[in-house]
Amino acid sequence: MSEHHAHRERQAGVSRRVFLRRSSELSFAAAVTITAGGALLNASEAWALDVKGLPPQTMKTLILIARDIYPHDKVADRFYAVAMKSYDEKAASDPATKAQIEAFVAGLDTAAGKGGYAGVGWESERVALLRAVSNSSMFETIRSGLVVSLYNNPEVWPIFGYEGESYSKGGYIKRGFDDIDWI
Amino acid sequence: MAAATFNQNDDSVVVIIGSGAGGGTLGNELAQKGINVVVLEAGERHEYTDFVNDEWASFTQLAWKDPRTTSGSWRVSKNFPTLPAWIVKAVGGSTTHWAGASLRFQEHEFKVATTYGRIPGANLLDWPVTLAELEPYYARAEEKMGVTRTGGRPGLPGNNNFKILKAGADKLGYKECHTGNMAINSIERDDRNSCQQTGFCFQGCKWGAKWSTLYTEIPKGEATGKMEVRPQSHVARIEHDANGKVTGVVYFDKDGKEQRQKARVVAVAGNSIESPRLLLNSASPKFPDGLANSSGQVGRNYMRHMTGSVYAVFDRPVHMYRGTTMAGIIRDEARNDTKRGFAGGYEMETLSLGLPFMAAFLDPGAWGREFTTALDGYSNMAGMWLVGEDMPQETNRITLSDVKDQYGLAVADVHFDDHANDLAMRSYAYKQGAALYDAVGATRTFPTPPYPSTHNLGTNRMSANPRDGVVNKYGQTHDIKNLFVSDGSQFTSGGAENPTLTIVTLAIRQAEYIAEQMKTKAI
Repeated sequence: MSEHHAHRERQAGVSRRVFLRRSSELSFAAAVTITAGGALLNASEAWALDVKGLPPQTMKTLILIARDIYPHDKVADRFYAVAMKSYDEKAASDPATKAQIEAFVAGLDTAAGKGGYAGVGWESERVALLRAVSNSSMFETIRSGLVVSLYNNPEVWPIFGYEGESYSKGGYIKRGFDDIDWI
Repeated sequence: MAAATFNQNDDSVVVIIGSGAGGGTLGNELAQKGINVVVLEAGERHEYTDFVNDEWASFTQLAWKDPRTTSGSWRVSKNFPTLPAWIVKAVGGSTTHWAGASLRFQEHEFKVATTYGRIPGANLLDWPVTLAELEPYYARAEEKMGVTRTGGRPGLPGNNNFKILKAGADKLGYKECHTGNMAINSIERDDRNSCQQTGFCFQGCKWGAKWSTLYTEIPKGEATGKMEVRPQSHVARIEHDANGKVTGVVYFDKDGKEQRQKARVVAVAGNSIESPRLLLNSASPKFPDGLANSSGQVGRNYMRHMTGSVYAVFDRPVHMYRGTTMAGIIRDEARNDTKRGFAGGYEMETLSLGLPFMAAFLDPGAWGREFTTALDGYSNMAGMWLVGEDMPQETNRITLSDVKDQYGLAVADVHFDDHANDLAMRSYAYKQGAALYDAVGATRTFPTPPYPSTHNLGTNRMSANPRDGVVNKYGQTHDIKNLFVSDGSQFTSGGAENPTLTIVTLAIRQAEYIAEQMKTKAI
């Protein structure tokens, strides 16, 4: 229940969510807390100024990697930033994690050539670089964490037309459970 | 009357391990007959007001998350190596999480060896019980659970996802399509609300409209003063005397302290993964292969149903997640008709996941635009679950893993390989599901692989001959007459139908048998 309560907990300017991580698709062995600062959510590219553990350019590239793994054109950068924020925090407290992330990004930068990964203009070309490392444990860690942290953010749900919690609104019995009009 | 509390040295009680469809029902049925019952439940007690409309948070609250391991060629083992099953550790067991679909088995599904004949690799056996014998008990289970479209109870209204299914069924010429036989109140009944179309059936029904032992059987049993439910009581092993009769159980309480409860009778109802694990972990010098295992069949013949889903995206909105998750069914494919290229049949049932679980389960491990454009169509998506009979195979089994849990007990390893019949059925069912949605204008369909198992069956199977299985037609173990199995692990074969109704049916019948056996002092 403690995770559940944490999930609901809200502090001034900070929404805290507990995500569940594990070696594979479902990750609940190590709970990762993602804290999104208010500035991060508001100012454009604020995530690059807000970093604690990673160099701003590394964080910027990491966010682009996240978008390239799960690209949604209607989902703003700040949601990818929130979803990847845990890596910055982990890097701040754990030098081994910091080194792993930096090595992963540096590897992609090297493979990309001049201008690095973020300098590659077409998504398909960046995806080709990701495919080449998609069997690495770092890629799988990022992807399997992201599939939870990106899509479990209630703030992105409206973009997909998912309405989330409905009990407090009395369910859908009077709110369109059978409103389809084209079938 | 207040719920009873029993002394741990009271050796007159029936101890039931597990409080779900089997254990919770058996406990209440025995208590109603005046028999003293102690129900030991590994999980916590969350009342239905505590449930949350949030997929990951609810999973954290209810799911069995203790370690398990997997092996075999099934995709679940690759994508979810430590999560073979999506089932519950809480008072009420998986009746908190189930969708409510309540279908009787078909007559031939109790006679699979006779009906299907020899199928290489399949360990087929007829049940020692027939549909005719179970019919009166099915009727009592339906009454208890308030199953819609039985006993004069009205059906649930159809939601958007159902309307798509029905339109497609009509186009394909399917005849038997309706909003299901659901253990979800379509009208207020049994002091419980009617369904408010909230759409979070899998996360525990916050209205209490869906039948769960948590707020039906268990409080009713407790009200007799004959039943005690002890949550956070994880049973480690069952003990026996020199004569081979079971005498009680050893369990870990909420503080991790070892406790011992004596018993006159023990009934195991921990589901098809934990029940065989417990019997195997109870091995002793007298029973070196585990309790009730003279046949060697404990843990074998693990079945999980042939499953898969088809999701489809349309050019217009659907909002499939609104309303009762599984109140929609097509039964035309449930028959046995080998002209389709496989034995047995399957059901087509409406299904929906919220965005977080859709991302995790639509195509586990996938990434890139092929995957994300599917999710971009989420609000225009409809979905169905395909659930059919899978073949029992001796090599699909629960064994003790080298991994230990928080109590130092060997955890269950779940080994599964699809049988050729399972693969043929899944491939056919995917085609029919996609054709149904295409017929009503789908722009894209997704043949979605099986999720971690929700239907876990067969690992302590019933048999007429003690050589072929673990329990007799009443769930009494062949080897130890005061030891019973009361969950879906008794199933001799899986049928095409969602198993809960049959588990409850068997528990009602088993309670009569246990009461009579106790009365005559046979046990």
